[in-house]
Amino acid sequence: MEIVYVYTKRRSEFGRQCNFSDRPAELHVDILPDPSLAANFIERDPCDVPLQCSQEMSEHEVNTERYESESRGINHAEGGWPKDVNPQEMEQTIRYRKKVEKDENYVNTIMQLGSHMEHCIKQNNAIDIYQEYFEEDEEMEECEEQPSAKTINIFRDPNEIKRTATSLSWHPDASRKLAVAYSTLEFQRATPDMSLDSYIWDIENPNKPDMTVKPVSPLVCLEYNPKDSHILRTGTPAKEASPWRCQLFEHSHRDPVFKVIWLQSKTGTDAFSASTDGQVLWWDIRKLSEPTERLVLDPSRKGNLDNALGAISLEFETTMPTKFMVGTEQGLVVSCNRKAKTPAEKIVCTYSGHHGPIYALQRNPFFPKNFLTVADWTARIWSEDIKESSIMWTKYHMAYLTDGCWSPVRPSVFFTVKMDGTLDVWDFLFKQNDPTLSLKVCDEALYSLKVQDNGRFLACGSQLGTATLLEISPGLCFLQKNEKALATAMFERETKREKILEARQREMRLKERSRSEQSKEEESKEAHGAEESAEELTIQAEKEFFDIVDGELKKREKEEEKCKEKDVCEEKDG
Amino acid sequence: MAEVEETLKRIQTHKGVIGTIVANAEGIPIRTTLDNSTTVQYAGLLHQLTMKARSTVRDIDPQNDLTFLRIRSKKHEIMVAPEKEYLLIVIQNPSE
Repeated sequence: MEIVYVYTKRRSEFGRQCNFSDRPAELHVDILPDPSLAANFIERDPCDVPLQCSQEMSEHEVNTERYESESRGINHAEGGWPKDVNPQEMEQTIRYRKKVEKDENYVNTIMQLGSHMEHCIKQNNAIDIYQEYFEEDEEMEECEEQPSAKTINIFRDPNEIKRTATSLSWHPDASRKLAVAYSTLEFQRATPDMSLDSYIWDIENPNKPDMTVKPVSPLVCLEYNPKDSHILRTGTPAKEASPWRCQLFEHSHRDPVFKVIWLQSKTGTDAFSASTDGQVLWWDIRKLSEPTERLVLDPSRKGNLDNALGAISLEFETTMPTKFMVGTEQGLVVSCNRKAKTPAEKIVCTYSGHHGPIYALQRNPFFPKNFLTVADWTARIWSEDIKESSIMWTKYHMAYLTDGCWSPVRPSVFFTVKMDGTLDVWDFLFKQNDPTLSLKVCDEALYSLKVQDNGRFLACGSQLGTATLLEISPGLCFLQKNEKALATAMFERETKREKILEARQREMRLKERSRSEQSKEEESKEAHGAEESAEELTIQAEKEFFDIVDGELKKREKEEEKCKEKDVCEEKDG
Repeated sequence: MAEVEETLKRIQTHKGVIGTIVANAEGIPIRTTLDNSTTVQYAGLLHQLTMKARSTVRDIDPQNDLTFLRIRSKKHEIMVAPEKEYLLIVIQNPSE
């Protein structure tokens, strides 16, 4: 069915004004209902109506006008002098001063001001207007506060393939920057497309590294130069120990450099490094082609590189410039003397007691005679005098300990990090068996730890390259009352205890040795005599035995006789 | 002349006194017990501060005048005794 309506208009009427008029409705088409179509009709039930009920949002970007800043120098000149006096000329200024001093007005003024001033000085010396009363009460309150630590910032390795944060170093001046070295130490896990870069972070900006260190091979350790903070010293797993220049391989380390330390020299350019190839090398950064000095850590003191112990940690205390210590992979601490004449004399003594590589080694900043080692499942505190055993140690933990260090402000506080991602804060004046504070920093293993010089902030590096910045509660980073004296007493007591034990052990050993010697000498004689005496003894024992048996038998016989007698009597009575 | 010397010497011997400076109205150090660069800095800066303090006091009340200025800092107390022509500056560590 087609509905067509033809509308006709003549060409001459195009565009002409139309005239409307009324007329009755006319029917053009009439469509009747079709029952077959009605039968096909299906009502939709249920009916799906989608509709969205979420807040409409839009994104806008706005850029504020850029603020241009630039640094400019300014010249400060000394001014105020009379026109005819040149402030640079000593003679003229002195002459001017002399002239002023002769002025009568000057004399009068100073006399007057002087008396006024003296009054004020005396006042200041008489009363301290800022004197704190009731100071002790406040301290008590501080002591009661719970030790705590809170995470301030987390710095993540920005690369796709995550690497371990193996070493951290704080900027020596402002301590607002933290250098982090990234590398992978797992065997054959380093892939060629892995980034080599290490980063320096501004502690307030975790989004973007402040600076990138681009070495020729990944860095295992790095250290800020305490004198010139623009220089970082680094250790790399490849054969060269410096990031600035490739070196002749035969003059350098053959294994990764695990620790570097700057020496406190006048020029600030000397450093030394330790590596698992068993060497400690000294360097001057002005001449990096070969080390200035070398020490092979051979415990037999023959300088044999094949026997050498792999060094993994170093300790150097600036107050003792000739001494330094090395922690080895074999769990031995080697104490060395840098200024010894022969290489054999350089190794002074060794301290043994750990079962695994010593990951951290540090002298107590207040008592350099005592040092901390972190290895296997324990952290130990040693006294230099006692080589056999440590004076204090923690219990065996469930997880490996990977790093540790002393608090720079409190002599009795040290920090350790473990494979299970926890940071432990120990205060051995407060508790010896357990850490004062144990904090789960992250889920993966922690590998490095460094405390800022003021003891308030510390950073831990993890396996997946995140460096976490923590702030510890003031109770843990302010020197407590009497703490130094108490710590000294504690160290001394423990050292004394170990000394007594050592002496006792030596005595026992001596006795045993003398006894064994004696027994050797008198072996022949004594062997005979011993046999005799043994025979005698058996004879005596047998005799005693039979005497007792006889006695018993006699007793029994007597009793039996008595019984029989009784029976006879009874029979008679009956 | 000798009296002035004596007065200044006496001030310097008081407990905790670190330095004494006499400056003129332009802030030029006339006499000092400190080294040259420190003196120039102290004299220049304190002269400006004293002038400002004096004008503040006078602005508030034109009849009033500044007689003494004490600056208490974490490390020291800096005392300034101003006069029309000269300033006497003493740096003292009162907690010493």
